[in-house]
Amino acid sequence: MKELSIAELEAKFQDKIDREIKIEPNDWMPDAYRKTLIRQISQHAHSEVVGMLPEGNWITRAPNLRRKAVLLAKVQDEAGHGLYLYSSVETLGADRESTIDDMHAGKAKYSSIFNYPALTWADIGAIGWLVDGAAIMNQVALCRTSYGPYARAMVKICKEESFHQRQGYESLAVLAKGSPEQKAMAQDALNRFWWPALMMFGPSDADSPHSAQSIKWKIKRLSNDELRQNFIDATVPQAELIGLTVPDSNLKWNESRGHYDFSPINWEEFYQVLEGNGPCNRERIEARRKAKENGMWVREAANAFAAKRAMKKTA
Amino acid sequence: MSTHEWPLWEVFIRSKQGLNHKHVGSLRAADATMALENARDVYTRRSEGISIWVVESNYVHANDPSDADAFFDPSDTKIYRHPTFYEVPDGIKHM
Repeated sequence: MKELSIAELEAKFQDKIDREIKIEPNDWMPDAYRKTLIRQISQHAHSEVVGMLPEGNWITRAPNLRRKAVLLAKVQDEAGHGLYLYSSVETLGADRESTIDDMHAGKAKYSSIFNYPALTWADIGAIGWLVDGAAIMNQVALCRTSYGPYARAMVKICKEESFHQRQGYESLAVLAKGSPEQKAMAQDALNRFWWPALMMFGPSDADSPHSAQSIKWKIKRLSNDELRQNFIDATVPQAELIGLTVPDSNLKWNESRGHYDFSPINWEEFYQVLEGNGPCNRERIEARRKAKENGMWVREAANAFAAKRAMKKTA
Repeated sequence: MSTHEWPLWEVFIRSKQGLNHKHVGSLRAADATMALENARDVYTRRSEGISIWVVESNYVHANDPSDADAFFDPSDTKIYRHPTFYEVPDGIKHM
């Protein structure tokens, strides 16, 4: 077979993308495509795993057994989602543990939303409704991403996550119908999580350095601003229905655009949190690092046990 | 840090009696027993399966996708392997 030049391979690759043919692990792909995916998917995986921390904190304090079982199931799902994503990173030839070490060393990010604390029980509802809601908006678009294993992981994740958003909304709706204190707690949670949830979609398109190339490669199917707008349009009526007020005095339905108008986002806060200066950054990384170090003996013991059993079998 | 990572396993699940096992993803585990238990916890949390196979990824061999055209070429020209290749008179039933 004749050797193709890089330019020819790249042209063939882009042609496949344009014709909506998925890229699979052993297919030729440009180094930059591989690198972008490794970065994006591993950061997505880290987000699933770090996302367990604020919620895990509340499992023992859930107000009743039903909420506790639900929260436990949700946190367990997040662990599974982390695993689907790490597996799909591995198909790109990346070493899973070194992507995790990169996060622990501050070289890889995770969703900045998880650097905010969950202060009250209502925050758990707000996280499910808004944070998972925003994640789903993004992930539904990613079900059509061009890299096969990532798209397949997203399909599974979206199927499982639809209950995450509903349980959060349901739990906030109950609080909003409760005593004045409970309603105030629900409103306070919405006040604190609204803006960070909008920031989850990332910087505005104009300031998003990787966006154009990712759209061309169909890694991303919708831009940050489009996804954010869709999320706002879907979420505002949900807040109204349970009698909560979205904390934005400029929020208004714009008939001619067919969308809600909203206030500018405080990007300075976003970049501060991203740079490690959010309320919980240090705590989250510390918790993950400890989990890895303290779990190391378990991994080693399992290896030793497997080796011993294998030896007995051959003996 | 341990340099000896648990091996990678590919997971196949039969969703119900009568269907074949289908590849669903992969995971890491120290041995086959752990791989099966982890596969159950990760891939069948909502009754997606009644039977699981795990195979160490090392043992999976695949054709080279860059030679896929040549590799699968022999079947492309044999259209007479398909029933639509043949002409039958109008009005023939059950064939």
